[in-house]
Amino acid sequence: MADRLATIFVWSAALLVTSVFLWLLGGIVWSGAGQLSWSFLIDSPRNAGRAGGIGPILISTGLLLLVCLGVSLPIGLGTAILLAEFTSSTNRFGRLVRWSLDVLAGVPSILFGLFGNAFFCIFLGLGFSILSGGLTLACMVLPILIRSTEASFRSVPDEYRLGAAALGLSRTTTLLRLLLPTAIPGLIVGLVLGTGRAVAETAALIFTSGYVDRQPTSLLDSGRSLSVHVYDLSMNVAGGDANASATALVLILLLLLINGTASWVMGRWLRKRLITI
Amino acid sequence: MYRSYRDQWLLWWIRGCAVLAGMIVLLIAVFLLLESLPALRHIGLSRFFTDPSWHPAATAAQGRFNLVPMLAGTLLAMTGAVAIATPLGIGSALFCHFYAPPLLATAYRRLIELLAGIPSVVYGFWGLVVLVPLIARWQPPGASLLAGILILSVMVLPTITLVADAAFSNVPREYLHGAAALGLSRWGTIRGIVLPTARSGLLTGMILGTGRAIGETMAVLMVCGNVVRMPDSLFDPVRTITANIALEMAYAVDDHRSALFVSGLLLMVMVIALVAAADTVSRRDGNG
Repeated sequence: MADRLATIFVWSAALLVTSVFLWLLGGIVWSGAGQLSWSFLIDSPRNAGRAGGIGPILISTGLLLLVCLGVSLPIGLGTAILLAEFTSSTNRFGRLVRWSLDVLAGVPSILFGLFGNAFFCIFLGLGFSILSGGLTLACMVLPILIRSTEASFRSVPDEYRLGAAALGLSRTTTLLRLLLPTAIPGLIVGLVLGTGRAVAETAALIFTSGYVDRQPTSLLDSGRSLSVHVYDLSMNVAGGDANASATALVLILLLLLINGTASWVMGRWLRKRLITI
Repeated sequence: MYRSYRDQWLLWWIRGCAVLAGMIVLLIAVFLLLESLPALRHIGLSRFFTDPSWHPAATAAQGRFNLVPMLAGTLLAMTGAVAIATPLGIGSALFCHFYAPPLLATAYRRLIELLAGIPSVVYGFWGLVVLVPLIARWQPPGASLLAGILILSVMVLPTITLVADAAFSNVPREYLHGAAALGLSRWGTIRGIVLPTARSGLLTGMILGTGRAIGETMAVLMVCGNVVRMPDSLFDPVRTITANIALEMAYAVDDHRSALFVSGLLLMVMVIALVAAADTVSRRDGNG
């Protein structure tokens, strides 16, 4: 009896989750697909976004990502190398860094927004700009990037390192010629996951990169990301729902593309799952 | 051991990176604290809990700064969401491991991963145009604590499912073989062996889900109605701490702005407590 009840519960839970998923995705596709066209992707928004397209917003989103990855990639790579190759699991410094990254991964995005506003916009004097937004995003994606990259360095077999040491290679050479090429798939997965998180982010960007929907001319211009555009159209602009759902659809398609790339890379190069959360 | 100059240089470079990455949390905490100081000095911590209402102003004397209704909003929405998402999430993970045929389990896992990747603003938008009108038809005004709880539970569910799924994968195969040899039923195996073995993993998932629910901003901002008041029922609008920051940061100055940073600091304390709790749970598991 209990056995049957449990079976019913588990199947209905799965069914419920699946139908909510289909409802959500179907709703967005159904209401957004009508607006979607080539001109929507390249036109400027008109009438506060009720009409026109999302051209400048796509460009701002791209620039935000560029800043974010340009900064977080070298720092993340360096940290991951240190954690995976140069510190043992009992090393105090390594444990401290790892703990602080765990906390960083749990910090809510709105707090990144507050911090970015206080630090990048005001303290460093960058103002509401794509640079401030991108740097805030970089802080946010670092834990994801580092965790994935560190795992991929750890998955390189120890024989490689022993072999290199036996040949008398320096650690730098070992790293650049042997470990890095082997660990690149994991790095790409981390990069893609970080990109996904950055693209999806809204709360951290409102007070750092701002609301301006014009074409940005430099990194110090304010620029609106896709997600902020969805938020603004649906909350602050009456009659903006149609374009909001089209933008949401573009955002989801972009994320699907990113996710697809990640799982393609994972499937191709990695046997075991590296990211569990 | 032979060491080249390049090795030394590399070591210092990556040490620099790690220090920088490790410092970010510290930097965030320091800046939250620095920005909170004026409010803590002018208003004092106790007034955030004892003032008659939330009517912020640029100077401490003119404003009222009671955070309690918003704290209640955050805690209620979080509790409701975790209460709904936990059984569904664990059920989903059980489905993947013990009930679904392999192909279906893989497909379902992909679905959950997709659900985890959907941006919160899209959840919020969907809640705004689909869920809120639906609730409004039943119990106006629609934008309510209930809408927030429902949206949050969909958002928390993937976290709990994925962590539970990983915990179930770690249950030693011998245990399951033993259960099968004893002739235990499927549910008997799950209740007697799988759930107790994976308990700390499930708890970690719940804690991580709680963290996500506390910190979520955009979705609750869009569906909860944002009225600062103690809710009397599920259908009353509420405002959460995070939504309050997002709404008022744009025009807040002086002590008001600083008061918002105080609420941010409160959030930070809650999140650190949760991370520490998750840490303790998983470490206890590692030893036992």
